[in-house]
Amino acid sequence: MHRFLHAFASPPAFRQAVPDVWSGFLINVHMMFIAEALVLVLALLIAVIRGLPGRGAKPLRGLAILYTDFFRGTPLTIVALVCILGLPGLGYGFIKNLSSETLGILALTIVYTAYVTEVYRAGIESVHGSQRMAARSLGLTYGQALRYVVLPQAIRRVIPPLLNDFIGLQKDTAIIGLIGVTEAAAQATNFANSYFNYTGYFVAATFFVYLTIPLARYTDHLIKARELRERAAGV
Amino acid sequence: MSVESNGHFVAVRSVTKRFGDLEVLKRVDLDVDKHGVVCLIGASGSGKSTLLRCINLLERVDEGEIVVDGQSLTSGKVDVNAVRRKIGIVFQAYNLFPHMTVLQNVMLGPRKVRGLDRGRSEGIAMELLRRIGLEAKAQEYPDRLSGGQQQRVAIARALAMEPELMLLDEITSALDPQLVSEVLQLVRELSDVGMTMIIATHEMSFAREVSDKVCFLDAGVICEQGPPEQIFSNPQEPRTREFLARIIEAGRM
Repeated sequence: MHRFLHAFASPPAFRQAVPDVWSGFLINVHMMFIAEALVLVLALLIAVIRGLPGRGAKPLRGLAILYTDFFRGTPLTIVALVCILGLPGLGYGFIKNLSSETLGILALTIVYTAYVTEVYRAGIESVHGSQRMAARSLGLTYGQALRYVVLPQAIRRVIPPLLNDFIGLQKDTAIIGLIGVTEAAAQATNFANSYFNYTGYFVAATFFVYLTIPLARYTDHLIKARELRERAAGV
Repeated sequence: MSVESNGHFVAVRSVTKRFGDLEVLKRVDLDVDKHGVVCLIGASGSGKSTLLRCINLLERVDEGEIVVDGQSLTSGKVDVNAVRRKIGIVFQAYNLFPHMTVLQNVMLGPRKVRGLDRGRSEGIAMELLRRIGLEAKAQEYPDRLSGGQQQRVAIARALAMEPELMLLDEITSALDPQLVSEVLQLVRELSDVGMTMIIATHEMSFAREVSDKVCFLDAGVICEQGPPEQIFSNPQEPRTREFLARIIEAGRM
């Protein structure tokens, strides 16, 4: 037990590892915020495309389905390897100039957009058709009905599962660390290689937990608040 | 070649609507004059709602023609949104937008469809809420209102578009009995100011009182139509008699 604690959670090593792991962790947070912002917008766009009516929109719908099917099924590690190691090898100037961190954000965005598209889609489908009908009967166009009536209700309903996916995304920023970005986990690995002590990982884990707990509690709170509201409405 | 509407504000000509193999409307003919009130009566599933939805283009007719205000809705290119702008519809389940306040519900049409600015839209909405006696509820969300209040807001929301024709689709069927009268009173007031209306309803005494013409639908066919006295006091068709007898038996008239 003593040896275990010494190797993974020794207080002096903890203190020693904090500065480097913290500087790495800031990169995690940075990647996470940018990827989340991009995912929120792109996933909504793809979810809306997937719901477009009519025969004319069929190719677009098909592309949206292909995208979500493909990237929901592909491990993030593979997408990250392709983005970070593969894309610069193509030799295009603008990609060559991108940092590994930016390419890592790209990989996270590609994969999580696929997940979050499905979340949005479930939300859009959960809004009863009579709402859209009521909006259209006022003379609102398809787009207006979506914008003012369907999406606001859909998004409100999917906030808890959305936050859940973001917790996943936060943690998966560490995978990017395996492929050339010196974020928290990579810093911890450096620490382990230098001092033959793995407490750096414990430090990194602590940071991640501290970041996700508030989000997890907030998600619980939202779910509970909605349950209460729905129960009240049903009385 | 468009069918003549012969001066009627709404002319439904030989309209047939199918859902798959099921014929929900069979060569239905109906005329409604400007300022006229027509009630559609008949059992559930007789095609009343479908007929209303066809007039509002929420459903496409398979055959026949519908002309509203001299414009054919069924032939050539129709601007669906423009048509709906002048035809208000109110549904059985109110269908208010739950994420918007009462005021926002009523303002949405004027603001986004009629393109009025915020001040004018709010003015129109508040005036309507005053008219239906729910001014004080303007900032509430719909789920804080009773069913009757919600349905009155739904009527106000439709009226905010200043429609020339109102379609009311069994608007009291989902209400507790004690809430029905407040909604019917509002419809009465609309009829008093000359609103053209087509009303699908199960409220027979109301239909008798408010309408110029009553149409009895049975299995997608207008079986009998005429002034309310004739339909309710002296029905000609056996099926109309049978339907009314059952209504009386159920204590609904």
